[in-house]
Formats: sequence, structure tokens, C-alpha cells
Amino acid sequence: MSKAGNRILLAHGSGGKLAHDLIEKGFLPQLSNPLLDKLDDSAVFDLSGRLAFTTDSYVVSPIFFPGGDIGRLAVCGTVNDLSMTGAVPLYLSLALIIEEGLPQEDLIRVITSVQQAAAEAGVQIVTGDTKVVNRGSADRLFINTAGVGIVPSGLEISGSKAQPGDKVIVSGTIGDHGIAVLSQREGLSFSTELKSDCAPLNRLVAEMVEVSSRIHCLRDPTRGGLATTLNELASQSKVGIRIEEEKLPVREAVSAACEMLGLDPLYVANEGKLVAIVASEDAEAILDRMHRNLYGRDAALIGEVRQQNPGRVVMKTRLGASRIVDMLVGDPLPRIC
Amino acid sequence: MKFIDEFRRSDLAQGVIRRIHHNSTKKARLMEFCGGHTVTIMKNGIRQLLPPTIEMLSGPGCPVCVTDNADLDKAIALAKVPGAILTTFGDMLKVPGSRSSLQEAKAEGADVRMVYSTMDALQIARENAARPVIFLGIGFETTAPTVAASILQAKQEGISNYYVLSLHKLCPPVIRALLDSGEVKLHGLICPGHVSAIIGSKPWEFIARDYRIPCVISGFEPLDVLQTVDMLISQVEAGDSRVEIAYRRGVRPEGNQRALELMYQVFEPCPARWRGMGTVPDSGLKLRREFARFDAELAFDFDPGPTLEPQGCICGDLLRGVKTPRDCRLFATVCTPATPVGPCMVSSEGSCAAYYHYGDGTSGEQGGQ
Repeated sequence: MSKAGNRILLAHGSGGKLAHDLIEKGFLPQLSNPLLDKLDDSAVFDLSGRLAFTTDSYVVSPIFFPGGDIGRLAVCGTVNDLSMTGAVPLYLSLALIIEEGLPQEDLIRVITSVQQAAAEAGVQIVTGDTKVVNRGSADRLFINTAGVGIVPSGLEISGSKAQPGDKVIVSGTIGDHGIAVLSQREGLSFSTELKSDCAPLNRLVAEMVEVSSRIHCLRDPTRGGLATTLNELASQSKVGIRIEEEKLPVREAVSAACEMLGLDPLYVANEGKLVAIVASEDAEAILDRMHRNLYGRDAALIGEVRQQNPGRVVMKTRLGASRIVDMLVGDPLPRIC
Repeated sequence: MKFIDEFRRSDLAQGVIRRIHHNSTKKARLMEFCGGHTVTIMKNGIRQLLPPTIEMLSGPGCPVCVTDNADLDKAIALAKVPGAILTTFGDMLKVPGSRSSLQEAKAEGADVRMVYSTMDALQIARENAARPVIFLGIGFETTAPTVAASILQAKQEGISNYYVLSLHKLCPPVIRALLDSGEVKLHGLICPGHVSAIIGSKPWEFIARDYRIPCVISGFEPLDVLQTVDMLISQVEAGDSRVEIAYRRGVRPEGNQRALELMYQVFEPCPARWRGMGTVPDSGLKLRREFARFDAELAFDFDPGPTLEPQGCICGDLLRGVKTPRDCRLFATVCTPATPVGPCMVSSEGSCAAYYHYGDGTSGEQGGQ
């Protein structure tokens, strides 16, 4: 691809010939679409309706992990943030901050995966930026994506809309992403078949919306896990949430790894899951529809919204007692013994 | 058998709970020595499921919590030795010493690295031959043999830049000190499962014999703890005091001889400072003379500064079982997991953290926040 060998050099981010080559030969062939191909300073397009607009940065380490990589994550994360308002995601920006010395092959692998995820979600990368920083100034590759989408009329999904009596649904097994990434970390070698759940959820959301307009809250439980998301929703909506431990979908490999590391699956990150708080009458129909989607086939009804204890999440334990489910504080650190 | 779900089965648990309710007539104050058990009890709401005759107390079995401020200060000072890499288990990073924590020392530029095993620390020493690599040795009989193994390995390979700050502690001596103090009257002791996997059941026998207190060694799943309570109550009701093993899948009466040999090949008992309990004879482990060159305390010139105790913090009283987190006026106000004043709020096995995260176990709905 480039005469400069097979690693990214500072010059690749300088805006000169090497930078040009990288974009023309490395990125465009994969990401190509009419808006991007113009290579103007901004993408120009028409949109009408209520817009949803979001941004997120991705700094995952390692950049490749079972079930995905930083490229797929960067697309899915932003697509999902848009989807959680019910928006139909359309266009994304892609900004790369590359550490000098990154093998070009790795970069191309990431871009390929960006393209695959974008195609799966049905969105286009319409503008982008590339910077290269000195070795040590970044950890291999950081990505920022921003995205816009259109919210269909009639939808009012927000974290503050949960009402007593509503049901709480999670779209599948929790903790898969966090444990898959941890299993690849330096200094922590355990082998697992586990894959990250990293996936675009916009089509799942579209199907749910088709079944019912009484979806009150949607949120993707990423960092901080399900527990943190439920706490956010309880506090935003000023309601209590009660979940049942027995109903939480957790893969055996995740619960085993958590046991070993002293972590709790409730606090482990997900990248392809959503929590939905929906009107009680529509819960079964929504769940049914979710089960027919690849990314919702393990969906489960895990609890309900209550008036008592506003801002609190309480869990009925397997033994029949109840306890608080608190928000995550700081990083979950493995225990000593 | 997958060793997780089977021990969380609700139907089996209900049966044991019913039996406990049926059998328990006398007042029984039981102490779970180990922080791991405290977590199991709080996380599963076990206190709510027990009859009012049974009172559960948390004990001093959290290695992070019982580490004295003077010792934490040493670790923090060692982290600041020029060129040094301090390696530690994750739990220790956030624990406040007299003036700062390892996490703060790291933010100020010290090279503090979290490891998952002593062998990872040794690997860091191999990869950084020109720099001293210090392992912060904290833990009970469970951890000490692995630290001993790393020292033997370092010796065999001739790794000369590996050091250990040994703050290891031994469990049976501190129980004796606790019982001798007469501060708490116990009717039963839930003995630590992992520690007993190493030391076996014999080292607990003096408690049953000399203090007439029933002892049961327990595993860490909810069903393990319930079964242990059931066995303790049977002894209490019958007026017995024996050492029994409920955690048979993990503990043999003779313990793990190989691990004990390793431990005592490298370490020997010494007096140790325990938070809240002062110095307890023969309750610590120091490196034997022939391994002295691995001793970080001897190898470096460092100044931990004067020891200060956190004002108003009652961690010491909690660890002796004489108070509960609810008795602390800092709990969930000044002292939270994000702004911990004492170690019991930091460690995942600390009783304050357990009360904060899971509620106080009565209604399950009165935790921190």
C-alpha cells in the first residue's frame, strides 16, 4: 500500500503524500460512498425530522479481542447510542488517533471491520480524520465516532420515562464483552470460548418499536454494566426498580470467570445489549419479537418498576431475600483471596 | 458438577433454612471470620433468612482491612523508591495510608502495577532486570505459599532485582487474641475456607477445645454458608464444640502439606500489627535469614513517615466484631467507596463495602448512596 514499509509513521498523519495515499488506498476502497468519496471538508446532506446526534470515543485495549475489535466497537457503540432514543441511525464520522508504529495491516483490519459493522447496521461513514501521534502518546489506536439519525415521529423514549408497573427487559446475556476483553489482557491469561457481544442494535430496536409505541426507556448497559444502567434509569425516572437474580441471563463462562476474578456480572460491560423499560401490557409481545432477532434471542424479562424506593435498584436474590444493587464505583478491581 | 450453580440452588437452600429455623432455640452469636463469607452473606441476603435467635458478626478476615496504616505507609514509600516498580493485587491500590494511597502515588508518577499472581510480578522482574521490582505481599495463609514459590523461583533463576514486602498474616493466632480479649462472646465460628484449604482443620481445634466454641469450615457459595450455619446451630443446641468441615470439596483435615512446606521454607512466624488489634505474637510471616536478600524492608532506604490514624474511623472496632458499620458516623456520609476513609470501605471483602453495596441485610434496602 505504501512505500514507507508496513508501519504507520508520523508522516501518515501530516496531511502530505503519505497521508493522502493512506486515505486513497487504505480507507476509501472499503468505506466508499458518494458522500465520503467527494473528500470535501464536510459531508453535505439533506435530513428532515427530529435529529438524534451523539458522539463517543473508543480506547479499548487490546484493540482486537474475541468477537470484535475497536473498529466494530466504534461503529456499534455510536449506532447503539442513537438507537437508544429510538432513532434510525444514518451517518457516522470516523476519527482515528493512531500511535506511531502501528502495523498498517492492523489498521486495515480495523477499517475492514468498521465497514462490515456499518454495512450490517445500514449506516455510512461520511466524514473522517486521521492523526498520528508519537509512540507512547496513545495506546496503538483510539477512535472517535459521531453519528446522526432520525427519530420517527411519535416516539418519546428517554431515561426519565419509566413508570411504576412497567416491566424491565434485557436483550440477552450480560457481561460477555467485558469478560472477553479481560481474557485477552496482558498479565491475565485465562482461556475462554467467550466472545464479545459487540453488535449494532438498531434493527432490533426498529422491530421492537414496530410492536409497541409504549417503550419508555432504552439504554445500552456498556461500562458499569447492567447494575449501573438500572441505577441511572431509576434515578432519572425517580422510580424504584426491582429485579430478580434468578431471571438474569448470564452465560456459564461469564459467571465462572467472574467467580475466579472476584467480579460481578452485573457490573461487567456489554456492547451489544440493551435494557428496555416498557409498558406492562406490551411486555410479552415485545419480548416475543425480540426473541426472533439474532441480537435479542436470549432476551429476558428481569423485573419491574415500582413506586417504592425511588432511585434505588433492589434485587430479589436466589435464596428469596432482597438486597440493594448499587451503582459501580470506580473500576472493578479483582480481589486478593 | 460445575461447582457454582449447584451451590446456589434455591430449593436446596430453602430446605436448609427451614431446618435452621426448626432447630435454633438458643441464642447464638456466630462470627464469620472471613470477609469472603461476609460478602456471600450480604450479597445473598442470608441474614434476613435466619431466625432472630441467630446473630451474625463479621470478623477480621479481610487481609486488606487488617493491614495497619504503618505498613501501608511502608508500601507507599517503597513505591516511591527511584526506579522501583511496585507490584500489587488490585485490592490494595485504593486503600488510604496515613497520607495517601498507592493509587495516588501512581498518579504522582510512581510505577505501581496491578498483578493477578506473584508469577506475573516475577515476570515483570525478568523483563526489567535493571530496576528493582517489589511485590507487596499481603494476604493470609492462602497467599503466602504462592509468594514463597515466587521467591524460590527467583532464587533458582538468579533473579536479583525481585523483592517482597512481607505483610502476610496468619489466622489462628489472631482468633486466639480476639477471644482472649473477652470483648465479644461467640457461640460459633465460621472458619475460612480458603485458608483452611492450606492449613487444614487441626489449627482450629484449640478454639473448640480451650474456648468451647463450635467451629465449622465453610465454602463461599450461599448454600455452603447456610449448611455451615446449620451445622453450627446443631452443635450449639447439643452443647457440643467440635471442628467440622462443611467445605469438603476444598478442605482436607491435613490441609495442603506441599503449600505449607513451601511457606515455612521461606517464611517464619513473627509478631504482626493488625489494625484495631495492635501487635499479635506469631501472627505474621517474615522472610527467613537465608532469604533476607529478597526482603524489601532490608534492601531499601525509605522513610514511611509518622503514622496517622484516620479520624473518626471505626474499622478497628469492626474488625474485632464489637461494632458494625451502622455504628460509624462516617458510614455512607463522609466515607463511601469513592471517598474511603478506612480500608473496610475499600476492599471488596470489607464489611463497610459489603453493607454499602448490598444494604445492611435486614430489609436489603438500606445501603449507602
